[in-house]
Amino acid sequence: MSALISSSALTVHRPGTSEPVLAQVDFRIQPGEIVTVVGPNGSGKSSLIRALLGHMPLASGRVVRKRGLRIGYVPQRVQLDTAIPMTVRRFLSLPTRVTDAQAEAALARTGVAGLGARQLTQLSGGQFQRVLLARALLSDPHLLVLDEPTQGLDQPGIVAFYQLIEEVRRQTGAAVLMVSHDLLVVMRSSDRVVCLNGHVCCEGTPQHVSTAPEYRALFGAEAQGTLALYRHRHDHDHDLMPAGAHVHGPGCGHDHTAPRR
Amino acid sequence: MLDDFFTRAVLAGLGLALVAGPLGSFVVWRRMAYFGDSTAHAAILGVAFALAFDISIYAGTLAVAVSMACLVSALVARGQAMDTMLGVLSHSALALGLVAISFVPQARSDLGGYLFGDILAVGRSDLVLIWTGAALVLGVLILRWQRLVTSSLNEELAMAAGIDPRVERLVLSLALAVVVALAIRVVGSLLISAMLIVPAAAARGWARTPERMAAGAALIAAASVILGLWSSLRLDTPAGPSIVTAAAMFFVLSQALRRG
Repeated sequence: MSALISSSALTVHRPGTSEPVLAQVDFRIQPGEIVTVVGPNGSGKSSLIRALLGHMPLASGRVVRKRGLRIGYVPQRVQLDTAIPMTVRRFLSLPTRVTDAQAEAALARTGVAGLGARQLTQLSGGQFQRVLLARALLSDPHLLVLDEPTQGLDQPGIVAFYQLIEEVRRQTGAAVLMVSHDLLVVMRSSDRVVCLNGHVCCEGTPQHVSTAPEYRALFGAEAQGTLALYRHRHDHDHDLMPAGAHVHGPGCGHDHTAPRR
Repeated sequence: MLDDFFTRAVLAGLGLALVAGPLGSFVVWRRMAYFGDSTAHAAILGVAFALAFDISIYAGTLAVAVSMACLVSALVARGQAMDTMLGVLSHSALALGLVAISFVPQARSDLGGYLFGDILAVGRSDLVLIWTGAALVLGVLILRWQRLVTSSLNEELAMAAGIDPRVERLVLSLALAVVVALAIRVVGSLLISAMLIVPAAAARGWARTPERMAAGAALIAAASVILGLWSSLRLDTPAGPSIVTAAAMFFVLSQALRRG
């Protein structure tokens, strides 16, 4: 299987300067894979996404996208101009027109069926992210790219959104490339995690990354939380359970207060 | 029918209204109001050039408006503080235009005509130019509609769909320059922006989609032209300002209805 997108020695400068935001990044994503990029603010996560998508010039290195690759993209913090009147239905037809049936099916798939007539500005944060996801799915993408898709959502909203992503992957077989801040949730829903801080600090399975010293140095206390997650994996199952709702096994050493942001 | 000056005035105004509605909607969506102002104010400089070098008023204003649009785009792309920059350019262009025009003796007498338009003096050739230009700009807007709306809504989403937002911005700037040049006879350089913004703002309250807002703005602009010209004839008021006053009344009405 060939990679959907791969980069070698990718280097990106801050616009208008020769100051590197990202240096020597080797990256690849395979079909059907869920890869999450984590890293502190300013670590170049969004730049990596933009460079991989070809929205940003490279200072050096190269990016190879598979021929005919269809990408569904949900950019970071979509600021909608309130000056422009826009129903959800009309939004789904931008820039490629879709039929009512396609639009309704996409909305139903992301759990926001029946919102077609609503103005975009009247949606809640969670509804809006789902509408964006529905729009990204309309092109039947091989790869979904989501840049901090859960920003502004509350904890249950975040958990529900990642469940939706996994479900979409299962149904469509699309690979998913995400940037995220939600370390705990990311660690359980990704196949592979890339920890970024201007360069690739460490990468691999969530278990591997959560025990890596580079990762723990970067995220400190929060990393301890994800570590605990894996230590206690055999104790009980966190899936689908809101934090605090599960029963602790004997000898369980973690508590629920530490990893909160 | 075209022999009647009033009929020609109405037709000229309607031609402008047809294109000002949709284009004005983009001006509102993209918050380009000041941008429209600076381009329009620069038009008076174009009039001065046209009279001094004895070329067509339309050609003169178009050339200056296009240069102004390009200059503003370039400055904005370089990350200048937008509103300050446009404030400087807009009023400097107007002042420079007024100074330049004072050197052209034959223009001094009908300066008011260029500032506020002289729609009742529109001739057949003006009509042809206005309608050709309006049809041209409207055609471009319709052809590129999906791209223009997408990049006005969000540039990242546009880029993801393979649309270059810079191209769409340039298309709108050039369209604006053309409409400014067309409108100088109809409402004059001081009121062109009003013709673009006021009907679009009035249509905003009722519209649920971009298309309805654009169509609504065109209708309101057309109604303003008819109402303005009619009252201008009845009350002997200046035509251009009367048209804009009518549009302002539609705006007030739309706000009142929206709340009610």
